[in-house]
Amino acid sequence: MSDSMPNRPEVDAMITECRVDGPFWGALKRELLLSYRRKSDLVNPLIFFLMVATLFPLGVSPDPTFLADVAPGVVWVAALLATLLSMDSLFRSDFEDGTLEQILLSPQPLYLVVLAKVLGHWMLTGLPLTILAPLLGVMLFLPSDGMWGLVLSLLLGTPTLSLVGAIGAALTVGLRKGGVLISLLVLPLYIPVLIFGSAAVQGAVTGLPLGGYLAILGAMLSLGLVLAPLAIGAALRISVSG
Amino acid sequence: MAEKKWMPRWFYQLASPRWCYDITGKLLPIFAIAALLTLVVGTVWALAFAPADYQQGNSFRIIYIHVPASILAQSCYMLMAVAGAIGLIWKMKIADMVAKCCAPIGASIAILSLATGAIWGKPTWGSWWVWDARLTSMLILFFLYLGIIALNSAIESERTAAQSTAVLALVGLVNIPIIKYSVDWWNTLHQPATFTLTERPAMPSEMWLPLLVMVIGFYCFFAVAMMLRLRNEIIQRERRSSWVRALMAN
Repeated sequence: MSDSMPNRPEVDAMITECRVDGPFWGALKRELLLSYRRKSDLVNPLIFFLMVATLFPLGVSPDPTFLADVAPGVVWVAALLATLLSMDSLFRSDFEDGTLEQILLSPQPLYLVVLAKVLGHWMLTGLPLTILAPLLGVMLFLPSDGMWGLVLSLLLGTPTLSLVGAIGAALTVGLRKGGVLISLLVLPLYIPVLIFGSAAVQGAVTGLPLGGYLAILGAMLSLGLVLAPLAIGAALRISVSG
Repeated sequence: MAEKKWMPRWFYQLASPRWCYDITGKLLPIFAIAALLTLVVGTVWALAFAPADYQQGNSFRIIYIHVPASILAQSCYMLMAVAGAIGLIWKMKIADMVAKCCAPIGASIAILSLATGAIWGKPTWGSWWVWDARLTSMLILFFLYLGIIALNSAIESERTAAQSTAVLALVGLVNIPIIKYSVDWWNTLHQPATFTLTERPAMPSEMWLPLLVMVIGFYCFFAVAMMLRLRNEIIQRERRSSWVRALMAN
């Protein structure tokens, strides 16, 4: 047998990883089921998103032309803060009841389990935020040309926010007061996503082609998909053993 | 049978806090004298003898602090991330300590760079702060340092703190080029880099030679500050070992 061919147990392992009852889908199903049973946690980030966006017309100016100018940035900042707020609980309950230790001890690849958890988190925060965003756009007088830019940029940007935020959540999971700390760690890393995300919406409003911005957001997402689970896994091992 | 060593001997010796304490004790005076000489020569040369800029007059002279500080703030982050990676991979205590000592020094140098930039910006651009790419990315670098310091002080166990900050520093290292290019494309007013390794500087040599002296002086100063902090850290962590007790008894 040549060296390049994986041997039988490895092939079996690969097949198991991709199966519906493998570790990835198992972890994803568990994540979705747990969140579904605590529905208030599901809605809270969305309400927060809505409320933050309401503060701007009240706090700055209700003038429609002014609001239309700042709408891309405001919606993006609100989405970013809502994601950040929901990040702290990602590994917290698993850490407290010992599930996290079992996940780390299990023979399943940590990379896939972590990716599934982050994907589950995104499906329950980033995706609803993306769907809700056009409503906020209307409330803030975002021109209708910008709506597609808003939805597409959030669709590509919020998974990156979840991936990067999970690194911060994993680093602070062992600490009692992780809440403020996680924002200090994660916010500087969120800046590129915010810049290109709101630039995409602004581009869409002024009629510029969106492709470039979306390509960069996509590139950041692919980089995050490949690298962030490694960092999250390493951070979880450190936090749990520490 | 001895295992084959694929790193030079000094690398393994560095892992010993005691050996590191001894060697930094010997290097410290050399770097201190070098830093003093280069900084004094560089400052006098820059402030008194270098020609004034034809557009900005004498106000440009702050470049002799601003540029070395900015370069050093970035190098310090690189050192912190590399030391953190060495600490994660080889579990070397000294690397953990180096990474920990880098963060406060880097943060202070980053704020020096921001402050001198603001002072320079007032006469040149007419405002203390503009939301420009270079300023913003330096500000973000400063925030990254603050995050690392905050994480390090929040975790009680030294080993865990070192490992966690190393992971964060490495994540930040991946992100630094992304931040740099994102803000570069976002909004720009700052002049392009003064020094590049590959091209001749655009300024005359009477202007960039003192700058070069200042950059070397800043690096020597950094080495001195680093070694002082490192020696402190070594003494503190190894306080229960016999050699530190013997040292303190004298």
